Amino acid sequence: MNSVGEACNDLKKEYDACFNSWFSEHFLKGNTNDSMCAPLFKVYQQCVKKAMKDQNIDIQEVKKDILGTDNEKKIP
Amino acid sequence: MPKYFSDTIIFNYNWDQVAQGFWKKYPNPNSKHVLTEDTYEREVRSGKLCSKRLLSKTNNIPKWAERFFHAKHVNIIEESIVDPANKILVTYTRNLGYTKVMSVTEKVIYQESDQHPGKTVALRSAWIDSQVRGFSRAICAFGYERFKKNCNKMVGGFNHVLANLYPLPNTIPNTFATVSAAAKLKDAAKNASELAKSKAVPIYASLHPN
Repeated sequence: MNSVGEACNDLKKEYDACFNSWFSEHFLKGNTNDSMCAPLFKVYQQCVKKAMKDQNIDIQEVKKDILGTDNEKKIP
Repeated sequence: MPKYFSDTIIFNYNWDQVAQGFWKKYPNPNSKHVLTEDTYEREVRSGKLCSKRLLSKTNNIPKWAERFFHAKHVNIIEESIVDPANKILVTYTRNLGYTKVMSVTEKVIYQESDQHPGKTVALRSAWIDSQVRGFSRAICAFGYERFKKNCNKMVGGFNHVLANLYPLPNTIPNTFATVSAAAKLKDAAKNASELAKSKAVPIYASLHPN
């Protein structure tokens, strides 16, 4: 899949590949140390955050955590 | 009043496979409306993986609703928590912006199925709401129907990705069984026809002594 920022596509692909292998080979096997892809994530993040800002995406709204909080919608 | 929707889906894959497939869900043949996908935040908190992804999708709406939505696409925030110890993946998805016009929130809990060992059950809840005066009922009804219709497509798309990643072990013996049964039939037919021919030759010969 493409990134929201065209300039971030390559960084995203590299990070996604790293993440998917970390998730399968480490995280699901009980190793929660996530330093393996941290450097790739950092550069990819810088790129995405800039692209989001350029596209006027509401960052405050993105930052809100709802899952796992009392703000989750309730099952009627 | 917001509309509420819920359903339960069984995936013929174990939880580990579904959890891995979840990150590779897009693209799939049913996801042409998904334009972009990014990870905005990700960290491990007390052994659980918490992620936030930003997705953008095309926004297909009926003509009458165009006056409320001016955007050609809509951004979606997807929060998720993967708990590998208890084998639970929870996702919580909401649209960003236009929430007064229509908000669609979806929560899905993926866990191991008690009834079907080796399979994964997904419990889906969705809330559709609108605060447009005089139109909220129509918008909610439209949103609800669109969501319901898209559910099957979403499941189909996810299954497509899972089938590519993990060709089902139980389809291999089935295919094999079908092939070997067909081969046996073919053999039997061949034998029968050869037998018939071998018997037919003397009959033919006896009828045509010359």
